[in-house]
Amino acid sequence: MMEILEGSHAVAEAVRLCRPQVVAAYPITPQTHIVEALASMVADCKLDAEYICVESEFSALSACLGASAAGSRVYSATTSQGLALMFEVCFNVAGMRQPIVMTIANRALGAPLNIWNDQQDSISLRDAGWLQFYAEDNQEATDLHFIAYRVAEDHRVLLPVMVCFDGFILTHTYEPVDIPSQEAIDAFLPPYKPVNILDAKNPMSLGMYATPDYYMEFRYEIDQAQKRAKEVFAEVGAEFAKQFGRDYSGLVEGYRLEDADMAFIAMGSICGTVREAIDEMRAEGKKVGLLKIRSFRPFPSEEIRAALSGVSKVAVLDKNISLGQKGAVALEVRDALYGSEIDVKGYILALGGRDVRQADIKAIAGLLEKGEGDQFFGLRTEVL
Amino acid sequence: MRELRIHGRGGQGSVTAAELIAVAAFEDGVYSQAFPAFGVERRGAPVQAFVRFNDEKIRLRSQVYEPDYIIVQDSSLIRDVDVFAGLKKGGIAIVNTERSIPAAVPEGVRLITIDATGIALEKLGVPITNTTLIGAFAAATGEIAPPAIRKALMRRFPGKLGEKNVAAAEYAYNLVKGEA
Amino acid sequence: MGLNIGCAAAPGRARDNKTGSWRVFKPVFKYDKCVKCGLCEVVCPEGCVREGQDGYYHPDYNYCKGCGLCAEECPVDDIELVQEEK
Repeated sequence: MMEILEGSHAVAEAVRLCRPQVVAAYPITPQTHIVEALASMVADCKLDAEYICVESEFSALSACLGASAAGSRVYSATTSQGLALMFEVCFNVAGMRQPIVMTIANRALGAPLNIWNDQQDSISLRDAGWLQFYAEDNQEATDLHFIAYRVAEDHRVLLPVMVCFDGFILTHTYEPVDIPSQEAIDAFLPPYKPVNILDAKNPMSLGMYATPDYYMEFRYEIDQAQKRAKEVFAEVGAEFAKQFGRDYSGLVEGYRLEDADMAFIAMGSICGTVREAIDEMRAEGKKVGLLKIRSFRPFPSEEIRAALSGVSKVAVLDKNISLGQKGAVALEVRDALYGSEIDVKGYILALGGRDVRQADIKAIAGLLEKGEGDQFFGLRTEVL
Repeated sequence: MRELRIHGRGGQGSVTAAELIAVAAFEDGVYSQAFPAFGVERRGAPVQAFVRFNDEKIRLRSQVYEPDYIIVQDSSLIRDVDVFAGLKKGGIAIVNTERSIPAAVPEGVRLITIDATGIALEKLGVPITNTTLIGAFAAATGEIAPPAIRKALMRRFPGKLGEKNVAAAEYAYNLVKGEA
Repeated sequence: MGLNIGCAAAPGRARDNKTGSWRVFKPVFKYDKCVKCGLCEVVCPEGCVREGQDGYYHPDYNYCKGCGLCAEECPVDDIELVQEEK
């Protein structure tokens, strides 16, 4: 049913519909409203889950790891410094192949302390083995949770997923969202069938010691599972589209790319503003389009190459920076397009919540046309 | 697309006002979007919140720089913040004050002043002016109608508190309608 | 303002932020019944009530946010909250 609610509450509703059996999380801005809502649902018997109160994010994800290993469907949510505190456990969750779904309410990392949005937090965990999906609006953030559990728990994948949506810009925004019925989600998302279960009656260990003779093979298998997740994502997305009428089957999604000469590449909520700017530029006669990256892990290299085959210039918008290098998305896009003639330029923008307007997107298009890029965009040089 | 910017102070309910206006607008059948200017939540600090109204899905995510409407919850803000910045010609400014406002109103802007603090103290017993100003906003702009306001307020504040807030909003609605 | 390395800052920055304009209600100290107990100074969350040379306590309206705690706690009801004109 279509209703108007805060992004955090839409996500909490989505999580409730997924029937997690264990939720463990530690509140942190701007994720707080999600876990507050879930705690209320558990207290009000609207969600039949064990809500484990913990003293830190490290404990939250550790509790999730144990619960998942015991065969439960498990949920957590965090952001920024909280995710940073989970760093070690994140690698363990993926290494033990536990299909936990965790929402990331994307926020900048300190210091300096900053509670506002960018995507440095989840991007910094890109190598942990988790799948990472990025939402453009609250409908997509809601729907990606249903898809995330299906993909994570698929026996071809068995990897955890971060569903990333921009802190404040989406988490704190009220907008209309269609929340599916419990029956519809039950039909789409069957109960989790684990492969191995920690069980006192049938003891075993998870995440055992692997010597140099074996460690590399385990890492190879995670990488293979990431790659298999591509086709599983497409399959599950197509099934979701058939059932709910909203299509997320693409790891990337094009907008007005058909005859485009120039394209933006972006992830998350900024894509909405880019679409608006593209419509304005199209009206002015510029052949420009957008390629939105929905799945950053696995990274859709082939899909990007295919989608940009007719394009000559690309502007990659990064809400993160690999300090001392460039934006993470730009680096990976450049790798995907290696050997092609396409001119790829990266722009670091919107760090720590700096607002982005249509005019900014148009200014970046101007820079790209002049061949200027691989730079910070919108720096206040007067304070430097 | 029409845009509203609300200026208030932490604790005055600006963010809740934006939410309630967006909910009421959605009840009235338009697409709406409400969000705060994400500051650090401190009681009394200047804050902003935004609402967009559109006939189709809203994709834009930037803050509001050229509003069609502004609501100023506390006229003392006018000294500290340029509340009229970017307000469109033909735009509407609704200011909570019991006297004249301490700044020049830009040309072509329709100014509506209302003693929302007085009304809120009378109807609610506390100087929380957001619901009163929602009534004034509805009367001045026609973006939302009283039945939708009632629905939004009663959903947010069930029971007696909701009724009091509805009374404050409806009083302000009739007051501004009467003057128009 | 230039940027200091490491986002370093000197203490006392809160003094620059005069929060007096935030008030809806102003606590007026009447000094009719005041017994100089000093409770108003103790409970003020802003730390803006100070003992003067005269032994009485005085609020600093540059910073008082009008929370009303002093008026609520005054044992002799000698502080009155008056609505600010706005």
